Amino acid sequence: MTRTWTTRAAMAVCVLTAGSLAAACGAGGRPDKDEKGGSASDVGITEDTVTVGAHHPLTGVAAPGYSEIPDGARAYFDFVNANGGVDGRKIEYLVRDDGYNPTNTSQVTNELVLKEEIFAMVGGLGTPTHSAVVDFLNKEGVPDLFVSSGSLQWGDDPGAKPFTFGWQPDYEIEGKIAGQWIAENMPDAKVGLFLQDDDLGVDSEKGVRRFLDDQIVAVEKYTSGNTDVAPQIAALQAAGADVVMGFNTPSYTALSQLVALKLNYEPKWFYSSIGSDPALVGSLLARFSEGAVKDSASLLDGVMSTEYIPGVDVPDNPWVQLWQRVWDEHGKEGELTNYRIYGMSHAYAFVQTLQAAGPDPTREGIVDALEQIGSDLEGPPLAPFRYTEDSHLGISGLQLVELKGGVGEELTPVLVTDLGDAPIEEDDSATEDAPPEDGIPDVKPVG
Amino acid sequence: MQQLLNTLLTGLTLGMVYAAFALALVLIWRSTRIINFAQAPMAMITTYVALTVIDADYSYWVGFTAALLSGLVLGAAIERLVIRPVEGKPHINAVILTLGLFIVIHAVAALLFGSRYRSFPAPFGVRGFQVGEVNVALTGFGIFTIGSVVVVMLLLVALFRGTDLGLMMRAAAFNQEVARLLGVRVGRMFTLGWALAALVGSLSGLLIAGGSLVHPSYMDSAVVFGFVAAVLGGLDSPVGAVVGGLVLGVSLSFVSGYVGSELVALAALGILMVVLLLRPGGLFSHATPRRV
Amino acid sequence: MARSVLLRHLGLAVLGLVVVVLVLESTSAFRNAQFATMAYLGIAAGGLTVLTGLNGQLSLGHGALMAIGAYTTALLLQDQQLPLVAVLLVASAVTTLIGAVIGVAAARLHGPYIAGATLALAVAVPGVALYFNDQLGGEQGLNVFVPDVPGWFADAVYFLSAQDVSGSKYVAYVGWLSLIVTFVLLANLSRSRVGRTWRAVRDDEVAAEIAGIPLGRARVLAFVVSAACAGLGGAVMALTVRITAPSGFTLTLSLSLLTAVVLGGLGSLTGALLGAALLTFLPQLVTSLGLDVGLSDLQSAQLAPLVYGLTLALVILLAPAGIVGSVRARWRRQQERATHDYDLPTTTAPPSPARTPGDEPGGDK
Repeated sequence: MTRTWTTRAAMAVCVLTAGSLAAACGAGGRPDKDEKGGSASDVGITEDTVTVGAHHPLTGVAAPGYSEIPDGARAYFDFVNANGGVDGRKIEYLVRDDGYNPTNTSQVTNELVLKEEIFAMVGGLGTPTHSAVVDFLNKEGVPDLFVSSGSLQWGDDPGAKPFTFGWQPDYEIEGKIAGQWIAENMPDAKVGLFLQDDDLGVDSEKGVRRFLDDQIVAVEKYTSGNTDVAPQIAALQAAGADVVMGFNTPSYTALSQLVALKLNYEPKWFYSSIGSDPALVGSLLARFSEGAVKDSASLLDGVMSTEYIPGVDVPDNPWVQLWQRVWDEHGKEGELTNYRIYGMSHAYAFVQTLQAAGPDPTREGIVDALEQIGSDLEGPPLAPFRYTEDSHLGISGLQLVELKGGVGEELTPVLVTDLGDAPIEEDDSATEDAPPEDGIPDVKPVG
Repeated sequence: MQQLLNTLLTGLTLGMVYAAFALALVLIWRSTRIINFAQAPMAMITTYVALTVIDADYSYWVGFTAALLSGLVLGAAIERLVIRPVEGKPHINAVILTLGLFIVIHAVAALLFGSRYRSFPAPFGVRGFQVGEVNVALTGFGIFTIGSVVVVMLLLVALFRGTDLGLMMRAAAFNQEVARLLGVRVGRMFTLGWALAALVGSLSGLLIAGGSLVHPSYMDSAVVFGFVAAVLGGLDSPVGAVVGGLVLGVSLSFVSGYVGSELVALAALGILMVVLLLRPGGLFSHATPRRV
Repeated sequence: MARSVLLRHLGLAVLGLVVVVLVLESTSAFRNAQFATMAYLGIAAGGLTVLTGLNGQLSLGHGALMAIGAYTTALLLQDQQLPLVAVLLVASAVTTLIGAVIGVAAARLHGPYIAGATLALAVAVPGVALYFNDQLGGEQGLNVFVPDVPGWFADAVYFLSAQDVSGSKYVAYVGWLSLIVTFVLLANLSRSRVGRTWRAVRDDEVAAEIAGIPLGRARVLAFVVSAACAGLGGAVMALTVRITAPSGFTLTLSLSLLTAVVLGGLGSLTGALLGAALLTFLPQLVTSLGLDVGLSDLQSAQLAPLVYGLTLALVILLAPAGIVGSVRARWRRQQERATHDYDLPTTTAPPSPARTPGDEPGGDK
């Protein structure tokens, strides 16, 4: 039995090998030069469509909150498509779930780039996740726009990553601006840092230390996913910190507030923009009202934070009114949230960029366009982008606010800066940007 | 000093929650010799039942009861419909089946309830006490947590040690054939074991959720540490589960506060290995390993 | 006998190689990348199926062992001095070493206690990468520099298929070559005296010990072999994913591996490969089906785990021996019916002289 089977297998191998050898002989030597048929730079663009993609965590532990970002972006793209698209092309927006796991990000990005042949990646989310694919995207020459993460690496070295652009203010400048304000206004404060143990914590600590190095009395880090932060907050309390600066995600804002209640710890709190979202945190905290909290908004009263795009707490802002209109017309179930606004804002920036690239956009062309006019784009951000040939970092600044009744009250004007020891300056050039009447930008093609 | 006290107290509360989860695992292990990984999502889904009830403007306690009851029903149903066919088959099949259930319940919950964070209320307040100058990191809900787990443990011990029903359950688990000959309805005992376990599991879910945030994966770390606690205690012993949970909760709290939160899981591994190398059957094992 | 077994395995290996070349050359770059994924899952699953299927130890921590292999690879490739083969071997060796330590500890334990210890291992290892964040890159992980395609390799493939070798195709080749080598070694090992010892320990410890088999040594050896495979799988994973970060090695990875080997058929290398294929292709297939019928992104994304979980539950309930095991059992029954001329109802399955094509020798249960 065994022998006949072996023989059969051997036969099969011979036949197959011979076959493939025969097929190979036709190949002969290599042609002298690789011939590239057509320009590969218009992948993903047809007469009437532009296909773009993104990876987001739709399942798993990072899904709460973040999974709303692509909803917002899709709603805005649908809104643009319903009004004729960009240069007659409809934007097709493909979202793939990576569960915030770089292994999956790599797989779904392969799928988006190689199988779906997207023109560009727009708003791919997360630092470890996007790190897994950033080299691949640049090697394939896929524009990698508006990465949803404040890590420096998306924009500080355009030579190495020519196709990648950051979007939100990086964590370092946020740390610098907040650090300087505290150093000037609370020179005697003992500062404790509550940091997420990744680039969010590392980069912002770098910024904060530029101004507060000798005021910091404790640095505590938590690991994302470990919801028991009591030991960290207890350590900050023990160190006597009377100002705590949290660079963390919204759920950890809620968790740290709850633990502080438990410990009767009442320092002055600062939370970074990504962690403060008063609407979300307030609604999370609202339930714990028995005896401790009267209404959701007041719990965060006096908490300092930063803002770089207008959010749901200012419903009268013309941008927020536009987003509300978009969401009402094209959104899915659920309310407009700051995550959805975040998604819409980078979708808006993509539409601007696509217009700037002209009626026949190419991958190279869209990168060039963004480098040329990126810093002049008028949009929802409170401060201009920093895009040039030498920097692909995103929004250049933000303003400090103090929350009152769920609304941010300005502590400072919009402050802009850059990495390292770049000075911090006032800049209100972008604060007066108003959305166009029809809600669709109208950027002139470059050159 | 205050930090030491508060780290200890939060560790105790956390340990009690792990203990409750470990109790649920121990119950199922005792009745059917299966490690039920689906315990975590089962508890998660009953917590969502409670949340739905509370959102419909019923009181916390109505929701609490609804969750426990639905846990009871869910446990019995899963044993009858899903686990029964693989009982007596290689144990790994049952384990894999519970992993399958884990994935399915997770996905169903995300589809039904969405995957956003939601806050879960806690009775008795979430503010710590203040004794003179010292802040004590113990909330009303924390005391309730500790008390309810201790009560459940005592009830279980009483059930197994002091009642005929408990004796029958132990007999069925110990030796099906003999138990059957003695007139014990083995199948029914198994179902009861699962139902009770799911009830205790739901309780641990409610205790973890109370005064905190829930989302479909919120119980996932509980299954790891709860399982480690159960193994520490020896898997067969309810008292062992509680002691294991406390040891784990307190030590992990100290590691997190004084060393680094990223090493919490490594510390759990270390504790487990040390205990198992000294006592391969866990802290409260009765049987010595069989030697030839 | 031993000689013919070896020959048969080598024959299968050559056959496998031909199939790999044909498949990789005729599929798109996207499929190539998927096949690379299948290869690393297959290598790790092959090791796990030997441990769990042949030796009866349940490991919930193989993802952690893969992480060790992957991190070693990423570190070694940073200064780009060693040839790739050496990198893969070192990664595997380092994991083997650590596997030996864990194996010595695990050998003292039984069933659920091993499960508990390995479960803790699975969640502990990613934390180590966070703690040593200067060396291991913390949450962001380490980028993996995939070496350039060697000239001779590119020429060889070009000679066969007239196609150039892209980076991702090269990784797919590396993965599948590693898989074939691993599987040949595993198949031979499990047919050897060592394999019989493992099975004896699995089936009856007391009898095995009476027969003079050192239980501890057999268990440790099985764990070590399986760790070596996990390390190699991790190394290929690092090349495929191009980054090693803690979030890539969650408990889900360990549990997926275990479900894959049981789904395919415990103890069978073919089954491990089949399980790896399901893990690789099913989620993407289900998600795109979901999108095609008009579900939202979120619903389609949740559909993938739902379908996988249901498949798992149904296979365990309807075909408890796994896909390969059940197919083989049915095939065997038919054979017997044919040879026995329907005259005798078979009460117990006699040791079958026949083997199915594609039946891996590891599959004897």
